[in-house]
Amino acid sequence: MADKNKYTVLLPTYEERKNLPLIVWLLVKSFTESGYDYEIIIIDDGSPDGTLEAAKELQRIYGEKRILLRPREKKLGLGTAYIHGIKHATGNFIIILDADLSHHPKFIPDFIKKQAEKDYDVVTGTRYVGTGGVYGWDLKRKLISRGANLVTQILLRPGVSDLTGSFRLYRKSVLEKLITNCVSKGYTFQIEMIIRARQFGFSVAEVPITFVDRVYGESKLGGNEIVGFLKGILFLFATT
Amino acid sequence: MAIPKLFQWLLGVGSFMTVWLAYLIGYIQTDLRKEYHEIIIALPIYLLITFACFTLGMIGYRVATFNDCVEASKELKEQIEEARRDLETKGYKYSSDWK
Repeated sequence: MADKNKYTVLLPTYEERKNLPLIVWLLVKSFTESGYDYEIIIIDDGSPDGTLEAAKELQRIYGEKRILLRPREKKLGLGTAYIHGIKHATGNFIIILDADLSHHPKFIPDFIKKQAEKDYDVVTGTRYVGTGGVYGWDLKRKLISRGANLVTQILLRPGVSDLTGSFRLYRKSVLEKLITNCVSKGYTFQIEMIIRARQFGFSVAEVPITFVDRVYGESKLGGNEIVGFLKGILFLFATT
Repeated sequence: MAIPKLFQWLLGVGSFMTVWLAYLIGYIQTDLRKEYHEIIIALPIYLLITFACFTLGMIGYRVATFNDCVEASKELKEQIEEARRDLETKGYKYSSDWK
């Protein structure tokens, strides 16, 4: 690749000892095949399962130029993890994805090409459009996902089909500005990021992605998550 | 900064209800036929039902057409195996985690 762009992948982890080496391997494979310049910043929030030791091993294998470790003492939340990671990022674009293998790094070249198409500020992955989709979801989970999405679409009219997805590419300065302006936590954090991006007039594009439910570990979707989600939506509905 | 969505809704629903109420209490005089008059009286309910049906239909359709990515899962499983073998040959210390 002839362009001078560099892509920094931020990987906030908590108890991902088994998944981390696999996601890093897939990231390295994706970037090696596509030829884009990259670095991976692992931000572990003091996982008791020794995720950090696994990360150190990966740094030894892949080198300190590619794998950077920026651990924190304890669990402090996603937004601050991104801020913490960005401080050390040398790339001009930031890629964010889940470390639990539900997001496949093979889509990263799609994000990069989409971004370059019209010099977008944000590119976000969508499970709801085109070849996008999910694996390992039962009817109930699909129903909740689609229902929650439609409620969000009606109330917030965000102009983006998938708001809760957290597989995204941001221009570095845009991500910095958005994070400092976001107040929500959890699922709503990802929604607010897109809503704020629209408010500030940043351009947002979408690419289809597949979401394969967690291979190791449990995914959480209970009553508490739904209540929290609704509260978050209503907050954004009333304030944005 | 734009008007929050909540107020956009209140404005829209409020304007509609104002006109509707004005008609209901006879503030707006018309010579519409009786059938039309009855439709207008029940209009908010009709709109609500239409909206509910549309929403439910939409969710049903979208759940039914939600792509199941079986191939993606298969590919991931194969690549995980490949990754484990490769990491082991690269001397990754904790490959016993996966055993």
